[in-house]
Amino acid sequence: MAPSTWSQPTSHCAQGPQHVITASWLLTLTTPAPKEAWQWQQQQCDDGGSRIQALSCGGLRSRAAAGMAAPRRLKPLHRVAVSGGTHGNEMSGVYLVKHWLRDPTELRRGSFAATPFLSNLRAVEKCVRYVGRDLNRTFTAEFLSSAETEDEPYEVGRAREINQTYGPKGSAQAFDFMFDLHNTTANMGTCLIMDSEESLLPMHMCHYIQTHYTQSSCPIYLYKLPGEESYSIDSVAKTGLALELGPQPQGVLKANLFAEMRALMACALDFIELFNTGTVFPAFKTEAYKITGRVDYPRYPDGEISAMVHPKLQDKDFLPLNPEDPIFQPFSGEEILYEGDSTIYPAFINEAAYYEKKVAFVKMEKRTFSIPGLQRE
Amino acid sequence: MTSCFVIHEAPVRRVAIFGGTHGNELSGVFLVKHWQENGAEIQRTGLEVRPFITNPRAVKKCTRYIDCDLNRVFDTANLGRQTTEDIPYEVRRAQEINHVFGPKDSDDAYDLIFDLHNTTSNMGGTLILENSRNNFTIQMFHYIKNALAPECCPVFLIEHPNLKYATTRSIAKHPVGVEVGPQPQGVVRADILDKMRKIIKHGLDFVHIFNEGKEFPPCTIEVYKIIEKVDYPRNKNGEITAVIHPCLQDQDWQPLNNGDPIFLTMDGETITYEGDSTVYPTFVNEAAYYEKKQAFVKTVKVKLTAKCIRSLLP
Repeated sequence: MAPSTWSQPTSHCAQGPQHVITASWLLTLTTPAPKEAWQWQQQQCDDGGSRIQALSCGGLRSRAAAGMAAPRRLKPLHRVAVSGGTHGNEMSGVYLVKHWLRDPTELRRGSFAATPFLSNLRAVEKCVRYVGRDLNRTFTAEFLSSAETEDEPYEVGRAREINQTYGPKGSAQAFDFMFDLHNTTANMGTCLIMDSEESLLPMHMCHYIQTHYTQSSCPIYLYKLPGEESYSIDSVAKTGLALELGPQPQGVLKANLFAEMRALMACALDFIELFNTGTVFPAFKTEAYKITGRVDYPRYPDGEISAMVHPKLQDKDFLPLNPEDPIFQPFSGEEILYEGDSTIYPAFINEAAYYEKKVAFVKMEKRTFSIPGLQRE
Repeated sequence: MTSCFVIHEAPVRRVAIFGGTHGNELSGVFLVKHWQENGAEIQRTGLEVRPFITNPRAVKKCTRYIDCDLNRVFDTANLGRQTTEDIPYEVRRAQEINHVFGPKDSDDAYDLIFDLHNTTSNMGGTLILENSRNNFTIQMFHYIKNALAPECCPVFLIEHPNLKYATTRSIAKHPVGVEVGPQPQGVVRADILDKMRKIIKHGLDFVHIFNEGKEFPPCTIEVYKIIEKVDYPRNKNGEITAVIHPCLQDQDWQPLNNGDPIFLTMDGETITYEGDSTVYPTFVNEAAYYEKKQAFVKTVKVKLTAKCIRSLLP
């Protein structure tokens, strides 16, 4: 995502070491160590040629030393959507959206009102994940731009409709932000899912949620593998965030997770309101889990699984998995151990919907990212 | 040497273990498939134990059923229904199963069927009893409960004039339901499968010991007898307007008293239980029961006694 305006930092740089430090910046910015600020500047400079000049500018160094890395500016968010029932049997989102469709009061803030909608209507009606194909894997260019055919899966047509209403994906008309509400049978607690650390606004939203929603820790899961095209519903909007709450069986509505999802959404919308009304969000460092790969079940030649997730791995999402830790228990025979070289962090351990996707769990690495400050344009 | 009145029962020779009656309840599916490949674990001398997948099409699609719930169609009307082209898949399947393992209520029927199920409710390893006067089954349950102690093994009695349903296993002389949870549909958990496996092991051990001629003295077990089903609060359109209250969630088999919370509405209002006496809820928040209009089931504690039994030796 290209940064919006850089006039302020670069103009400061052009002036050399003498520059104006506004009082509000002093108050709101944390002071990164000079090295971090240097790295940050380097990252930003990669985006445009004129900024490479800034690297050699002593002014930036001294500004960095003073901890004055400038917040990036992004447009305010006015068109915000909330999707539930992308998988028709993930009940927290289905019931929350149904509730908001009857009474949208909770979704209103001063500067915007979020639009709720049920994405996979037929799957919701039948209380299944999908009827033809997984809707949340159908928002790729291939499907969105395909011509309508008679025997196409329901979800392909629905993805096109959603793209038309909330997109088109990649265009200036697309909605500013899309939330997508999910549940998992895995013990992932209240997990925040976004594409990558480069998406500034969702990163700040996650950080805000983590510091203001204290009922549970909200791990951040960065799901996009390098080079992979985005395929999920929230990629229709300019940016977005998925809430993944578990464990909850498919087809079951648990009161505690319903309440948590509702509270998380309230927190996220509060963030948008603060952002829209000019709050400056300082730079910060955060831990997040970045996907590195997926591990399938051991299977027989006919494709049937031959082992179950090991009891020592079951329910241990986001906890370290070390080489030689047990991961699978065959129906008969010796337990199977993890054969990687280094510690990884698993998630989506024993998710019902992933048996057919050949995923017993996903592997992630825990990384720390330095995120620049954020402010509205 | 015994001074009790002994019931001599026929030895139990033909045993079946059913998995996949609901195709997305995976412990039974995987256990039966495993035993079909390697049945050593379930063999006992003196009896034939046949593992069997009852609803293969539902298992293939990992769904509860194709047309209708197989575990509700083993009544006389459905079993005797004429096989036409548009008969629901599960009714046709029930007739086939009745032909192979029944006929129900006849001397040719299998002696014992274990029917393996999972539930999303926190029921632990529950044994389901259909008939309060079946001495053999009550003795078996007593044996299994002792073998698993101190782990709890609740017994759920579904005998009731209106609420009893015609199960797949009911075609046998001694039907035994094994219901282990909590486990989501479409998931197999090692701990849950292990629990089910242990229950079957002890059940088969009991049959073997019984067949060898051991006398089982009279015994008493505490069971939870079904009295009523409770639906979710719904609006005019039939949509659910409240969820199982957090205080009731996962509290299967725990006492529920007048004034205790049972539902929480979308607006945050608590709905409480109104009843004269303590009940013991079960099947609390079972996924498959939303469509059956069942949020939970009320039971009362009852003591059942089995007479002294011994098998008729040849």
